[in-house]
Amino acid sequence: MAVEQPLRTPAPTSGDQTRIHNIGYRSYEGPRLGRSYARLSLYSQSLRGSYGLGRSAKSKVLPMLLFVVMCIPAAIMVAVAVATKVKELPVDYTRYAIIMQAVISLYIASQAPQSVSRDLRFKTVPLYFSRPIETADYVRAKFAALTSALFILTATPLLVLYVGALLAELDFADQTKGFAQGLVSVALLSLLFAGIGLVIAAVTPRRGFGIAAVIAVLTISYGAVSTLQAIAHVQDSSQAIAWIGLFSPVTLIDGVQSAFLGASTTFPGGVGPSNGEGVVYVLITLGLIAACYGLLTRRYRKVGL
Amino acid sequence: MYDPTVARLTYRALLGRRRALILGALPLLLIAISVAVRVLAGADDQTAADVLGGLALATMVPIIGVIAGTGAMGPEIDDGSVVYLLSKPIKRPTIIYTKLIVAIAVTMVFSAVPTLIAGFVLNGNGQQIAVAYTVAALVASIAYAALFLLLGTVSRHAVVFGLVYALVWEALFGSLVPGARTLSIQQWSLAVAQKVSGGDLVTSDVGLTTATILLVVVTVLATWYAGQKLRTLTLAGEE
Repeated sequence: MAVEQPLRTPAPTSGDQTRIHNIGYRSYEGPRLGRSYARLSLYSQSLRGSYGLGRSAKSKVLPMLLFVVMCIPAAIMVAVAVATKVKELPVDYTRYAIIMQAVISLYIASQAPQSVSRDLRFKTVPLYFSRPIETADYVRAKFAALTSALFILTATPLLVLYVGALLAELDFADQTKGFAQGLVSVALLSLLFAGIGLVIAAVTPRRGFGIAAVIAVLTISYGAVSTLQAIAHVQDSSQAIAWIGLFSPVTLIDGVQSAFLGASTTFPGGVGPSNGEGVVYVLITLGLIAACYGLLTRRYRKVGL
Repeated sequence: MYDPTVARLTYRALLGRRRALILGALPLLLIAISVAVRVLAGADDQTAADVLGGLALATMVPIIGVIAGTGAMGPEIDDGSVVYLLSKPIKRPTIIYTKLIVAIAVTMVFSAVPTLIAGFVLNGNGQQIAVAYTVAALVASIAYAALFLLLGTVSRHAVVFGLVYALVWEALFGSLVPGARTLSIQQWSLAVAQKVSGGDLVTSDVGLTTATILLVVVTVLATWYAGQKLRTLTLAGEE
């Protein structure tokens, strides 16, 4: 390979002995794909990784299993609806994610640490930043990838329900409206859950701890909020129910969709937040998503430098 | 059978640095909720039973059990530092036994003690509810710690499997399929609690005899099998 290596002239015995040898390194002259391409690669890599694609067979098991578990009830409902020729699907589009929240929580708890904790634990983050991407690109790519993965997880069963409803010849306009509302709701849910999961996973890089921390935050907050709501319902303080609902991600989404997306609420008493309270719900949801993004950016500002 | 040095190292792995804060956050939240409920609703036996049963025993004890049980063994196997421990002249079952004691102690301190405090805050131990749920939390701590310690020894994804058991099997299937309740540590410990309280606020689907036998069998079997697994442990790289 050493094409351009200069021929060694017999060196004079005295004088400068040092010489830089050209051993044939070539400089790269092809196209440079740049920052946006690197970001896109990181995004697709992370998204594939969230379902175990491009990873070992063992790590495909859990996400695929959760995905199947997520879709089976929808398939069963559709089968029943087609067979019995009912006029309505047994479950609203907006309600489905709330019912299956345990599966969604497990998915985010297992995949958020997978997405960010390993890079931190094995100190590979500096390798990413040696490419032409910045902190913001890394955070955006990871956030977008996990949000997309969650959206795939939550929207696919809705799609199954929608297609099934059309096959069962239910009212087209009605079903389309419900489907669209469901999609908006799961998109919000995906953004919120991905943000919370990533923030927690990014501050607990230790294996196992991140998973437990994400699950703890999601389930304990839901358990606490629904317990308090049940008590407030027994105490006839229905005003308090809506305000308590602000303190857990699931009830937050529930409140938003029952205020604006025509969903029936799962709050005790069946009374969701009014429109005024609904605005607060939306603001808090969007604020939380923004705060998660901000925290992530802050977390990665010093990593890898 | 008990090695103080291993115990000290395990305590440090579980509670060192900021980890004690994370573990402590859950019990604090429980107590804060109890105070809020007491202020909002006053002392009420049914409410107290709901909060302690739904929040403390059904969610908090399993999660703390998962963290303590898998955290006692899992990370060490994971980062390979377990070889330094295994190369010492200590019997493998002794290591498991010591780690189990530590995991049980941590789970009990972080779940049973706050349950007792929360019970007293909620209704001042009316109808023995606080004591009953504390006993349930204590009993459940032993079984959960043993089971999750085994998971941590056997699998690299112990936390996920532990949570799937605690949340999907016990909570989701347990509420849908009555048969699943027979095979649930939560119900077994509730059976013991039922005996303690004597009232009808704490109920279980499993008889006391069955529950006790199953609890002992699960704990002993899990510990024994974890010891056996540690004797033939193979170390593997990430993924």
